[in-house]
Amino acid sequence: MAKRVGMEVAVAVAEAVGQCDIDMAAVYPITPQSHIAEHLSDLVADGKIDAEFVTVESEHSAMSAVIGASGTGARVYTATSSQGLMLMHELLPIASGMRLPIVMGIANRAVSGPLNILNDHSDIMPQRDSGWISLFVENGQEAIDLSIQAFKIAEHKDVLLPVCVNIDGFQLTHMVEPLEFPDQELVNKFLPPRVPYATLHPSKPVTMGAFAMSDYFTEMMKAKDEALKNSKKVIIDIWDEWARMFGRAYKPVETYKAEDAEILMLTMGSMGETAEVAIDALRAKGVSAGLIKLRLWRPFPFEEIRAAAKNAKKLIVTDRAVSFGGPGGPVFSEIKSALYHEAHRPAIYNYIIGLGGRDVTVKDFIGMVEKVIPYNAEKTVDTYEFWGVRE
Amino acid sequence: MAKKKGLATWQEITTGCVVFNPGSASEYHTGSWRAQRPVWNNTKCIKCGICYVFCPEGCVQQSEDGFFKANMDYCKGCGICAHECWPRAITIVEEK
Repeated sequence: MAKRVGMEVAVAVAEAVGQCDIDMAAVYPITPQSHIAEHLSDLVADGKIDAEFVTVESEHSAMSAVIGASGTGARVYTATSSQGLMLMHELLPIASGMRLPIVMGIANRAVSGPLNILNDHSDIMPQRDSGWISLFVENGQEAIDLSIQAFKIAEHKDVLLPVCVNIDGFQLTHMVEPLEFPDQELVNKFLPPRVPYATLHPSKPVTMGAFAMSDYFTEMMKAKDEALKNSKKVIIDIWDEWARMFGRAYKPVETYKAEDAEILMLTMGSMGETAEVAIDALRAKGVSAGLIKLRLWRPFPFEEIRAAAKNAKKLIVTDRAVSFGGPGGPVFSEIKSALYHEAHRPAIYNYIIGLGGRDVTVKDFIGMVEKVIPYNAEKTVDTYEFWGVRE
Repeated sequence: MAKKKGLATWQEITTGCVVFNPGSASEYHTGSWRAQRPVWNNTKCIKCGICYVFCPEGCVQQSEDGFFKANMDYCKGCGICAHECWPRAITIVEEK
């Protein structure tokens, strides 16, 4: 078993990517992602990994550069945050439409304005429909593990889609945690070299990113949707393989004391561990509470969510982003649509929390559960609330 | 996939719509987009070739007699040839 080391999570993500035999990276620095860019460029400059680090003038260029490099058959990586991700937005559906297995780390941060550099999920949510596989991590170890797994998922012949790994900015990226790096030989075994579906090469010319009008566009979109939906099976298989090789198991939906819980809470990302402490405190007081942690945002794990929520009377969904003028948070919207056809479904409540880096404490989670205890589950309060907003 | 009758299904298109057959864009006849067509009046034409130079589709060709005509499989009817033809030998007429 590998030795544990104390390391900042952003640096550790770059180390983990360095274990993946990447050929090229193009990363433009932006808080709180910058330490990934810095450390990855160090690894290249110090000759520790045999890869090109392309210094670009913007995130739009970073994504363009990795798209081009991936087209040649290279294994590529980029990372960004917030405004940088917004600038990449135009290219994200192109990467997935061309079915390029790009891996991107996202140090999640609020989008302007007003300008705010701290954590929430308002950067990834507008990218939801870009056709990328989207994973969320809860701690530094998961950030390492999923950053490595992401390449294998993306490059699998039945997937061939870009993957983003969401790592809460500051709350995770800037934490120093005890971390275990997988043994390099085992990583090599787990992640063999990429076998591209097609490459840009003068000896065998192909066209990538071709033009398609109304006669073919629908078929392409259907193929992309099917690929994304079918990727869930591959992701689960790869997680099983990871568990066998490295001893840490991952599931699309993780649960904590959820099976017999009357009141469930749902979190995505780093808040999960705080919420677990709240569940323990509530259980000690005799409240039948449990937790669902959503790891797989796209493809959305409908069956797993239905199974996890089937015995609960009440379900509190937390969101770190707002769909302004819409149904509340984007996670809430998805959970409601997953449960709509269920004969026995819990009453669902939505709390918008942790915006722009606002701290979410154990007390907050306990408060949310205690707030819904007196609610009549038969009469759903179909609304959402900005938790802790001053008024 | 191009050999089959009719258009390919979503299962049949290549992953990411990669085109493995170089130059296959010529199989796509952009002339079907056309609403207007250029007509040459060879009594005014001085065979300068400005229509040939400016055609963005590259579909204007010189005939053996030295006059020019457009390949209607690809001519989109954009009218640039008529606009550039300074002896006014090309007119743009509506497709019927």
